[in-house]
Amino acid sequence: MTARACKRVFTALVLWAGAVNAWSTDIVLRDNCPPSFETTAAGICTLRTLYDDYDSVQGAGLGGTQTALGQHRDGFTPQQIDLGRYLFFDPVLSRDGSIACASCHNPERGFSDSLPRSVGIGGQEVARAAPTLWNVAFLNKFFWDARASTLEEQMQGPLFAPDEMGNTPDGLLATLNGIPAYQSLFQQVYPQRQGERILLDEVYQSLDAFQTSLISLNSRYDRYAHGYHAALSEHEVEGLNVFRSFVARCAECHTPPLFTNQQVAVIGAPEPEGRPIDIGAEKTYNAPRLKAGFKVPTLRNIERTAPYMHSGKFDNLHAIAEFYNGGRGHAVPKGIDLQLHWHISSPNLSDYELDRLVDFLGTLTDESLTPQIPQQLPSGSTPMVQPPTRQIVTTHMNPGESS
Amino acid sequence: MKVGKIVGLILILAAFAAGLMIGKGGTSAPVITSGSGGATYSGGFSAKDNTLTLSGNSKSVAGPPQTDVVVVVKDGESIQQAVQNAQPGTTIQVMPGTYRETVFIDKDGIRLMGVIEEGRRAVLDGEDKLNDAILFSGNNIVVENFTITRYKGNGIMSQAGNNWEIRNNLIIDTGIYGIFPQLGQNGVIEYNVVSGIEDAAIYVGMSDNVHVAYNDVFDSVAGIEIENSRHAIVEANRVYNNTGGILAFITPGLPIKTTFDVIIRNNFILANNHANFGAPGSTVAGIPAGTGILVMAADDVVIEGNIIRDNKNAGILVTDHGHAANVTVDPESDPNSDRIKILNNTMLNNGYDPIPEIKAYLLTELKTGNPDIVSIGPTTDSCIINRHQYVTAGVDNFAECDFTNTHSIGNYLLAPVPPREIKAEDKGKIAYLGICAGCHTYTGRMIGPPVQVIQALYMDNPQGIADFIASPTKKRDDYPEMPPQNYLDAETRLAVAKYMLGVKK
Repeated sequence: MTARACKRVFTALVLWAGAVNAWSTDIVLRDNCPPSFETTAAGICTLRTLYDDYDSVQGAGLGGTQTALGQHRDGFTPQQIDLGRYLFFDPVLSRDGSIACASCHNPERGFSDSLPRSVGIGGQEVARAAPTLWNVAFLNKFFWDARASTLEEQMQGPLFAPDEMGNTPDGLLATLNGIPAYQSLFQQVYPQRQGERILLDEVYQSLDAFQTSLISLNSRYDRYAHGYHAALSEHEVEGLNVFRSFVARCAECHTPPLFTNQQVAVIGAPEPEGRPIDIGAEKTYNAPRLKAGFKVPTLRNIERTAPYMHSGKFDNLHAIAEFYNGGRGHAVPKGIDLQLHWHISSPNLSDYELDRLVDFLGTLTDESLTPQIPQQLPSGSTPMVQPPTRQIVTTHMNPGESS
Repeated sequence: MKVGKIVGLILILAAFAAGLMIGKGGTSAPVITSGSGGATYSGGFSAKDNTLTLSGNSKSVAGPPQTDVVVVVKDGESIQQAVQNAQPGTTIQVMPGTYRETVFIDKDGIRLMGVIEEGRRAVLDGEDKLNDAILFSGNNIVVENFTITRYKGNGIMSQAGNNWEIRNNLIIDTGIYGIFPQLGQNGVIEYNVVSGIEDAAIYVGMSDNVHVAYNDVFDSVAGIEIENSRHAIVEANRVYNNTGGILAFITPGLPIKTTFDVIIRNNFILANNHANFGAPGSTVAGIPAGTGILVMAADDVVIEGNIIRDNKNAGILVTDHGHAANVTVDPESDPNSDRIKILNNTMLNNGYDPIPEIKAYLLTELKTGNPDIVSIGPTTDSCIINRHQYVTAGVDNFAECDFTNTHSIGNYLLAPVPPREIKAEDKGKIAYLGICAGCHTYTGRMIGPPVQVIQALYMDNPQGIADFIASPTKKRDDYPEMPPQNYLDAETRLAVAKYMLGVKK
């Protein structure tokens, strides 16, 4: 049985266990750090990876095969991380208990949702796609339009957006403080605080702790990077060389080791049929030169997170490769003036090279450290990994409130 | 050094005398500052003990060969095959002939040396079909003595390699960049002849401690470009008939946001008037033809001792992002060129056909003549000496520099460092945390059996674990078969086995 099949069976068991709603007050938080984290003498979890042995220019975490990772969030306690895991899968965080973080960031779907645009509370479709959460610890810009610079800031978007989880800060606190099991768990994790009520910052921090524990750095590509060249097939190595060549220039923005340089880029990708152009980072920075600019997403686990682009235009990697090969600005609607990124060119790659690129992207998959979905939740709810069924086709563009 | 000091003193006195004499004849005596005397620039790089202090010829930062293994590749054979078979430390000699391939080096310490026989070189020919000629990501790489032509992408590029030397290559008509080191530290580019490049002939991108010297670059859009990089020296190059000669830039939108501490000195920057054939949208496509030196948003740039002549737009143009055509906006990078230091340069016949924007700018200052030096856009703490020698615009707020030369700075290179030894126990620990712990916990059941159980089985036998994980077999009906961990080398496998046997929690 493959690891993935194994995980599916396991998940099925977990969901069954959750459905019977048992032992919800018997939850004991883990006192071990998750894999890839070392427990320090002070009892906090520090990320350790094979990339620790390298360095990087200006500590930026960008480069080639053997380049150190950049700044990242860690240093949470095992209990914070584990409490975050319960919160992450718990639909009580939404206004009506119908949707959890994991509904749109499902570990079974690359911590995304397989939808072109995510579906929020009441089945409302939002304006953009849910990004993966793998390696989110390394990010310093959040949302497709880069409008948040910390995870805490970011998570208040979906938690309180009317078309996503639809909650309010008061509503969220009232719910959690009404659940004795959560009160007790928060008390365990935050014993120093005055009073017994759960605070918003504690909720944010716990979710932050869990999300920053999602590490994917042991793909076959990584094994190649660390020096085991047999990890990639001949075709995949050819693809790597197309990827980092200065003809395709993929690596200039999707820079190893994280496969994103965390910048905003205007690439001129088309919207799905019938959708108006999304101005993206123009709004964030109040800068017309950044119209239709979006944050460069990581390509790690990219094979697992179709469909692609900010509004799900492309449903497979080959289509994306063809888009980049189609000529600078070919998909920009008439009458729209975009300051396209200088690396958007007309590379004229052959079909063979496009196929190899797709081969290479498949080597960036690593879900070996997928966390377990909780068997039961402190709230007694069933752990939620599905979005609501799409009910309403919205045409409004409200990127300020969507993921 | 006593003699030197005395000579310097005499020159200063002579300069004084000359000033006095001119002063008698004219109404205002220009202050003439000698570059030979006076204070020396202390540089922007805090020299550590291991900084290379050699000035002069050829520099080694890759260190001596780590082994004495030499492999010879002959015409008709594959260079890449030799690279793939090579252990770190190998010297690969490539005999004259034609090689139609992309060579990539993802390992350390490879010295790739063309052998030149009576002028015949090893030629890498991309036939207008292949992407890049030579691409490396390893440390301590040397690439020497090749001819590279007809590639679509770059001639020689690095991604994050440190301590590299790119020397004595002839690069003709290879697409985007001739030589492009990126995201690395400590490199030398010298004695290369590069021409016919659609972007920069030599492009140093997002790198630190780089030395570009004695190169001949021509017929390209940009001659030599130092972009989003620090501690770079560009000296003694001949740069001619490009659109722009030598550039020090911050390109906005790149993840490393600064360019500072760049010395551009003793170069021949001649008639860079080539029509701009940069790709649409590229940053260099905005360079006005005829620009000798272009500084955009870079800080602490010293320009000294160059012969700058026959560049029709301007000899030296200093500007900011706000005045640059076709660049994006980046709130995280400072758009202005600050602390630009223009020392003595020999400037002849520049600015005879400036772009309309510069003409108009001259008019605003009621200047006539052909501009040698133009500064457009805000700049703070910049300076210039002997400004009276040039037709200038926009330098009124430049102070007199408090130094006159960079003589004490040979280069910003770091001495060769031996490869870092990573202790086996560290490798073992990290492999355990990052790999094993994904499937095994100390006591509980996960995808694999508990560590406690493994410890009981292999108590005094770490080698047993090391061997098993290289090619596991199915052992337990109730667990999935373990995937092989043979991508870890034997030493790491043993180290991780030992670590696993010592885990207590």
